[in-house]
Amino acid sequence: MKTPYSAFSLLRGAFNGQKHWEPAWRDPEPRASYDVIIIGGGGHGLATAYYLAKVHGIRNVAVLEKSWIGGGNVGRNTTLVRSNYRLPQLHNFFEFGLKLWHNLSDDLNYNVMFSPRGAMFLGHNDGDMIKLAERGDAMRCDGIDAELLTPKQIAKIEPLLDLSRNARFPIDGALIQWRAGTARHDAVAWGYARAADALGVDIIQKCEVTGFVRYGNKITGVETTRGRILAGRTGICVAGHSGHVAGLAGLELPIESQTLQALVTEGVKPMVQSVVMSQSLHFYISQSDKGGIVMGGDPDNWPSYARRGQPTIKEHAIAQAVTCMPALSRLRMLRTWSGVTDMSFDGAPIIGTTPIDGLYLNAGWCYGGFKATPASGWTYAHTLATGKPHELNAPFSLERFMTGATIDETAVGPMPNHR
Amino acid sequence: MYQITCPHCGPRAQTEFTYERTTDSVVDPAADAHTAMQALYTRANPMGLDEEIWRHTYGCRAWMVLTRHRVTHVIEAVKAIGPEALA
Ligand SMILES: Cc1cc2nc3c(=O)[nH]c(=O)nc-3n(C[C@H](O)[C@H](O)[C@H](O)COP(=O)(O)OP(=O)(O)OC[C@H]3O[C@@H](n4cnc5c(N)ncnc54)[C@H](O)[C@@H]3O)c2cc1C
Repeated sequence: MKTPYSAFSLLRGAFNGQKHWEPAWRDPEPRASYDVIIIGGGGHGLATAYYLAKVHGIRNVAVLEKSWIGGGNVGRNTTLVRSNYRLPQLHNFFEFGLKLWHNLSDDLNYNVMFSPRGAMFLGHNDGDMIKLAERGDAMRCDGIDAELLTPKQIAKIEPLLDLSRNARFPIDGALIQWRAGTARHDAVAWGYARAADALGVDIIQKCEVTGFVRYGNKITGVETTRGRILAGRTGICVAGHSGHVAGLAGLELPIESQTLQALVTEGVKPMVQSVVMSQSLHFYISQSDKGGIVMGGDPDNWPSYARRGQPTIKEHAIAQAVTCMPALSRLRMLRTWSGVTDMSFDGAPIIGTTPIDGLYLNAGWCYGGFKATPASGWTYAHTLATGKPHELNAPFSLERFMTGATIDETAVGPMPNHR
Repeated sequence: MYQITCPHCGPRAQTEFTYERTTDSVVDPAADAHTAMQALYTRANPMGLDEEIWRHTYGCRAWMVLTRHRVTHVIEAVKAIGPEALA
């Protein structure tokens, strides 16, 4: 049993020089075989392992990570957590996750710093406001909070937005979800890792999956840079590298990998209270707990596995953000970075079985999978444990692309570069 | 940012170009439903070279095929396509 993180443990440590703390997770050698292998130690892989052990009692589980846990998109995202999607399959799934987020720190005994500070979509014209009202109605029909705001109400929350009528992009209103917010991304990876490890899950870093062990149409294990490891069931959970890893098993997916960038400014006093997003324009901002303004925009919309972003894409997002909130122009940019995202061909994720026995898939998170971490882990664990989808991920099957049952929130069709 | 050598205009900034899709995802109008869906909805998405259709959208607007590496971004070949290539 690990020492729980608590004020009491901290106080106890004050008398022994804080010497009682142990590493948050072990660094085990891989065993010859496991009941379940999860490929990819991002947020989703670690959450899946945790729920497999906790909810389904399956503890003979390994998470194989090619580099270090938290070095992928889980540690690169802009941490927005919300469930304000228009389509019921999506908002029901993300709302299930949002409910888990609200209790996650307690559940994991790890402070993930979830901060439900409200997330608003701005509307810049009548068309926007109609779409936002429709989205809000759809959400409220399924019991999810959503509130339309007038410019006056917005001014109370975000006084620095340019709400004048002669603004370049006038703001006519917004749709806010108060229960949405941000979390500390690294803590999510570490919290799930520590909790999964405590239940017996082996987290094996620097272990890249390079191939699959296959008998006929069944996958019975993986080849890795640390040798062959056998498994009853194998789950792919590698986000941006889904196409590559599925390709090792001979699968072609409805996914193309793209670069997504983000940036952060120097830290300043509180100036952005909520999360401000505009889908008509393409930018979003929030203020981190350290005070930096975190900003993002469109993906670099051509295929790439390089974690190098095109500067003009950032420039575009910055220009839009500065236009809407002119005070931002006074800030200096501190850092920029990017990640490889798995853009699916309807913009929705894929969680479920594959045409190959023993092989399961969790992929297609596009630019929005951080918020899904708990729900993704929960439903993928269910699928890996029972061989069948949970009712929440049943719509997100891989077959839906062939049967025409796509879940296309933005109605773009099979063109991830236009999403 | 990198440059793409347009077969008609020579080297230009990548920002003048837009990516369309891979060559193997062009749907043959005569294809049966399964093959058509396969072309539309699956990609090899390799961590290496692929054949991609790009357009010089903010330039001469012609289409071309790039053989481009998806990790290094090195463009190994550019081939003109469409009526311009035949002229
Ligand atoms: C700049 C940026 C901003 C974003 N902003 C948001 C946001 O605000 N809100 C939101 O909800 N989402 C956001 N996202 C998306 C979100 O980060 C991802 O959808 C989500 O993190 C993906 O799941 P993951 O955490 O499991 O991925 P990852 O952390 O990428 O995990 C996948 C892991 O698989 C490993 N791996 C790959 N190949 C192999 C192999 N062969 N063998 C073993 N391991 C392998 C990788 O090293 C990696 O650690 C953003 C993404 C980016 C890049």
